[in-house]
Amino acid sequence: MMTLSRWKVILVTLAALLGVLFSLPNMLPSNVRDQLPAFMPKKTLNLGLDLQGGSYLLYSVNTEALRTERLTNLVEDVRSTLRENEIAFTDLAVVGDAISVRITDPGQVSDAANFLRRTVGAPLAGAAGGRDVAVSTGADQRLRVAFVPAAFEAETARAVEQSIEIIRRRIDQMGTKEPDIARQGKDRIVIQAAGESDPDRLKNVIGQTAKLTFQMVDDTTTPEDIQAGRVPPGSEILQSTDGFAPSYIVKKRSVVTGEMLTNAQPGFDQQTGHAIVQFRFNGVGARRFGDVTRQNIGKRFAIILDKKIISAPVIQSAISGGSGQITGNFTEQSANDLAVLLRAGALPAPLKVEEQRTVGAELGADAVKAGAVSAIVGLGLTVVFMLAIYGFLFGGISLIALAVNAVMIVGLMSLTQATLTLPGIAGLILTLAVAVDANVLIYERMRDELRSGRSLIASMDSGFSRAMGTIMDANMTHILSAAIMFQFGSGPVRGFAWTLFIGVLTTVFSAVLVTQVLLAWWFRTARPKTLPIA
Amino acid sequence: MNFWPLIKVLPVRTHFRFVRLARLAAVISILAVIGSLALSLLPFKPPCGGLECGIDFKGGTVMEISTAPKAVDLGKLRAALDTMGIGDVQVQAFGAPSSAMVRFQTPAGTDLNANVQKVQAKITETLGPVRFAGTSAISAKVSTELFTTGLLGLGGAILLMLIYIWFRFELQFGLGAVAALFHDVFLTFGLIAILRIEFDLKAVAAILTIIGYSMNDTVVVFDRFRENLRKYKRMPLGEVIDMSINEMLTRTIITSMTAVLALIALAVFGGPSLYGLSIIMLFGIVIGTYSSIYIAAPVILLWGVKRVDEEAEPLKPANVRR
Repeated sequence: MMTLSRWKVILVTLAALLGVLFSLPNMLPSNVRDQLPAFMPKKTLNLGLDLQGGSYLLYSVNTEALRTERLTNLVEDVRSTLRENEIAFTDLAVVGDAISVRITDPGQVSDAANFLRRTVGAPLAGAAGGRDVAVSTGADQRLRVAFVPAAFEAETARAVEQSIEIIRRRIDQMGTKEPDIARQGKDRIVIQAAGESDPDRLKNVIGQTAKLTFQMVDDTTTPEDIQAGRVPPGSEILQSTDGFAPSYIVKKRSVVTGEMLTNAQPGFDQQTGHAIVQFRFNGVGARRFGDVTRQNIGKRFAIILDKKIISAPVIQSAISGGSGQITGNFTEQSANDLAVLLRAGALPAPLKVEEQRTVGAELGADAVKAGAVSAIVGLGLTVVFMLAIYGFLFGGISLIALAVNAVMIVGLMSLTQATLTLPGIAGLILTLAVAVDANVLIYERMRDELRSGRSLIASMDSGFSRAMGTIMDANMTHILSAAIMFQFGSGPVRGFAWTLFIGVLTTVFSAVLVTQVLLAWWFRTARPKTLPIA
Repeated sequence: MNFWPLIKVLPVRTHFRFVRLARLAAVISILAVIGSLALSLLPFKPPCGGLECGIDFKGGTVMEISTAPKAVDLGKLRAALDTMGIGDVQVQAFGAPSSAMVRFQTPAGTDLNANVQKVQAKITETLGPVRFAGTSAISAKVSTELFTTGLLGLGGAILLMLIYIWFRFELQFGLGAVAALFHDVFLTFGLIAILRIEFDLKAVAAILTIIGYSMNDTVVVFDRFRENLRKYKRMPLGEVIDMSINEMLTRTIITSMTAVLALIALAVFGGPSLYGLSIIMLFGIVIGTYSSIYIAAPVILLWGVKRVDEEAEPLKPANVRR
């Protein structure tokens, strides 16, 4: 062990140099870093959201709403199919997870079932084939129409994918720093945006379903009807944010919907200078919008976003060009955001915030500062302590090993771009402080061996090799607890685990190999007769 | 006499009779464990029992607000938030007088985000310009999941340690190590309960780290113990244990000291969000050192251990008192 083998020296030197090389970018100011030649690594430590500020948002796709919507559509499908085939029916309604309908003529029950089987629902994807609804006949001339279980699962998966796509489009157009959007589990979406200065705006843009509809205002009603809550059948009361009235009664049927939009841009009204959103319809939308405006000149229609009226203008003339503008109660930014939402399209189902963590950049900077100060003090204390206990030579050797360890950890963390969190800094400090344990084990073993009467070289040799087993066993326990944390933890805790894990690897390397090379080198050059620590 | 390096001054070999105090230590430890369990479980209020439950595990919102350079009028803020009808709102000073921490639950059936925005609006209305330095909000669904995975993590870690020790040593060693581990974990829970440290994901991470370090210490002592068992085949078990612990004592103290020094630095300079974490780990290091001497080794003494040429040697009075 105390022979200085060449490959060990090379390995240690190489590891130390690589550690310095990869941790170097962290020490340099960014303008110097940018001028480094291409072969030099430029990645710095990847600071977690708690250190650099940012937002972590966890959304779940509201599958219940998705299910309700699909069932509602299915009712309409069943109704129109039965009508087209001239089958009389009653009691058409959603019952639990399915639709129930009673066929009036007992002779038509099986016909009705066959028609429904052929036309309702959609073909199932995949090799199994078939349709995504099942039709069964029950007692009392009743038919039960239900989605097969696989249909909802596929629907959920599709909705999550689609939501991610739409969110990405929305955020991309906001022009903020590239966020990280990922699916989690079956029906969840995680969004991490570093340094987002306005988390509320981000939430606003992501959280809205952005379902846009144009509906006619019900002009048979008076403001007193709204206050009394008297709503004619086929109409509904909706809240308004247009700044003129708190709510309106509108017809339930939508004239045109957001899906028919081809473009939306923010702009300014040339007469008033107010922020507006300009939009353009596709062919179908333009034709329908033209027809409706022609037939309803002088009446009000409402532009509705997610069940809230954003504008309810009076139709002045037929709008046939397929383009128009929304003059709502906008600021420049909210007009811009609405345009973004309309361009990106509506989410297939509402999203619900399950978890949100936002950290201001200032708080993050404070955390970095606190982490740095405690690292300096903590490691400084370790240095003083080790020198006091083992003296300059052996204490010094353990500290050189510690320094190599530190640059290797920083280098590896920068290289792998592992996220460094605030608890991670704590883990790092503790790892480094306890890294000297390996040196202590080696030194104490050497003293033991010397005391049992061996020669200096023999006790150094066997002290070293015997301490090895203990060091491996002892560090294995850290690896195991880090692995568990990584498996079960989330966010900051994972960062902590990863830091611990990298720390254990570099500790074993540096404490064992670096210490060994240094001790062997000392032994060869100084030719000692006694152990300075015994 | 030269006082430096200190290692030369420290006694070369101590001869403490640790095992002799094992019974007393066992009684104290058992009482402490029972006390800790009572403190952390009672009153039995799900999910965290007697512990100060963080929002990670019970859901709700925590906000850190700052009105710098103005000081936060805590009383006024509290009064304003209490009128909102969102249940119990806690307003606490947090670090500097211009900072405060606001905690509240999300009333059932309301939207998490809408609730947060409502409270933020109210705070701004009450205090004037406010900076929301950090906000964490977690739904009941997610917090339940985090709690379950947190507990699974703790259980998994302990199981994994048992398997590792069993695989690496033998079953009796594993039992001793796990007894020490449970001891450390329970006492740490007791500390968290007494100091009202928030029990959240960070606390679980701290406990998992303690599990790692406690095992580390135990493994080092066991390693020497196993070696001495082979070396001194006729020596009574109690003496072998004492000898092994004494031989490793210098190392145990030095390593614990470096860890303690670093953790004190963290607790003092690491700011409020690392304080709980460092206190838990500090306690864990100390208790872990104690338990590897007084819990792990005596359990082996109690169970006996199979030595190379002979049968397992159970506890005999002769082994303890000598």
